[in-house]
Amino acid sequence: MATTPGGLMSGPDAADEPAPPRGAWDRVVDLNDRLWAFPTRGIEEVGKHVMLFGASVRWLFKRPFRIGVLVEAMDYIGVQSILIVGMIGLFVGMVFALQLVSALRTFGTEGFVGATLGIAVTRELSPVFTSIVVAARAGAGMATELGSMRITEQIDALSTMAVNPIQYLVTPRVLAGTIMVPLMSIFFVIMAMTGGYGVAVFIEHVDPGVFMENLRWLVDTKDLIQGLTKATVFGTALTVISCAQGFNASGGAKGVGIGTTRAVVGSFVTILVLDYFLTDIILVLQNK
Amino acid sequence: MSGETERAEGAKEGKEAAVDRKSDQYQIRIRGLTKSFGDHKVLRGVDLDVERGKIHIIIGGSGQGKSVLMKHLMGLLKPDAGHIWVDGEDVVPLDDVELNRVRRKFGMLFQYAALFDSLTVEQNVAFPLIEHTKKSKSEIHEMVTKRLNSLGLRNIEKKFPAELSGGMRKRVGLARALVLEPQILLYDEPTTGLDPVATKNVDDMIRDISKETGVTSVVISHDMASTFRIAHRISMLYEGKIAVTGSPEEIKRSNLPFVREFVEMSGTVQFEGNDKCADDDEDTQTRPGDR
Repeated sequence: MATTPGGLMSGPDAADEPAPPRGAWDRVVDLNDRLWAFPTRGIEEVGKHVMLFGASVRWLFKRPFRIGVLVEAMDYIGVQSILIVGMIGLFVGMVFALQLVSALRTFGTEGFVGATLGIAVTRELSPVFTSIVVAARAGAGMATELGSMRITEQIDALSTMAVNPIQYLVTPRVLAGTIMVPLMSIFFVIMAMTGGYGVAVFIEHVDPGVFMENLRWLVDTKDLIQGLTKATVFGTALTVISCAQGFNASGGAKGVGIGTTRAVVGSFVTILVLDYFLTDIILVLQNK
Repeated sequence: MSGETERAEGAKEGKEAAVDRKSDQYQIRIRGLTKSFGDHKVLRGVDLDVERGKIHIIIGGSGQGKSVLMKHLMGLLKPDAGHIWVDGEDVVPLDDVELNRVRRKFGMLFQYAALFDSLTVEQNVAFPLIEHTKKSKSEIHEMVTKRLNSLGLRNIEKKFPAELSGGMRKRVGLARALVLEPQILLYDEPTTGLDPVATKNVDDMIRDISKETGVTSVVISHDMASTFRIAHRISMLYEGKIAVTGSPEEIKRSNLPFVREFVEMSGTVQFEGNDKCADDDEDTQTRPGDR
């Protein structure tokens, strides 16, 4: 850039001129900007996620259908998470049974442990725990993978090869999450009930007939439907959040790290917030 | 072709209507391209014509918007204003599906090759063939091997990109860009990060491919030694506009101070009445423009 002779003279444009004193009004404007920055950024973030979800649904119905990539994503999100989901399900069922028997015994109603555990597991514990496990394991992995692909221009490379990156990378993952999380939550229910039954019957000596009878009496398909509906929504939400954080990553390795953290934290918070509102809506609908 | 160096800045404003969009001579024509990111104006009205079958190199310092300009050519970015005609078709208003049709005319070699690191070399090069052709596995395997061999790459099909050197990765990237036999090849800083020998190999490769296939090559670079070695036409991007376009000889003779400064600083040309390029290998060892 050319320098001008006037550049060395002191004057109103000189760089070293002290900034004019800031008035009270300027500070009010600053404060106002800062106060609005948080909700504005929040709305922007939500908008980005909704747009990515919309685009991934739109590309779901356009050819070519990427069955191979979908199966790979289902394997990564679902099959490879089975062991950890099963372990967590088993121990959650066991510890809940232990606590419930201890609490219910006070009133001499330990026979209801099966029913109580059944309701808690099918309605709440299975969708929430399964989604959180998948978000921590597969969600973090997806955010890191897509983030690395973004910063090394692999996502741009897909576009240059006339392959839509949302259709290739995001749509199969979101669909896989939507299918696999509810399936995994069924597995969670089986494992948790098995663990709970084992502890209640074999360790706490609850009558197995009473355990099963109360379970059959108080837990029905409505509870399972509630849990599966929630798991489906959580599966979609966590994969959209994880993919969005990876897909929009910037700023090198640090950016990928930030994206991954946001993916996990964002998924956890979203799952728990959605859980409350979904439960409210489903209970209203089911009790109509 | 004019023998004089052409100063484009501001001269073509208002000439959009006069542009012959479908030209036999020019494969890509750009008029009035502007792009801002927030308050930062990167492109401020780029006008550029790329001749069919020639190697056209766009030079410019870091942060001048070379990569941004290249991304516009393939529709990876949408401009704020302006037109880009590829074979007479304006690509700016096209949607994703239509852009994919145009993108099949292009192949692109990224600065760091942008190979898919979860796929092997063979899967990387086969990727465009699997996506866009109905060829059998054996045909694809044969085409990939042939393409890799033609670029001097043997017995690396099963390796992953992380196992390759920088130069090899670039050649694999080039094989992938070439495998669908595109009409236009874009190179984003092809010699960045390479040693002098690898740099010369990449230069030779670009020149040979251009000669053998007749492909139109657009290269963005700040490596003046490479530029003078292979370019048919050179344009300089300066302050968001194409400040100058000409043959290598014309660029060397340019009197524009920022062109002289850029070329002089690269150490490739002595300006005391001597336009001769310095020795290639020595040049590439010190490239002040490199990050």
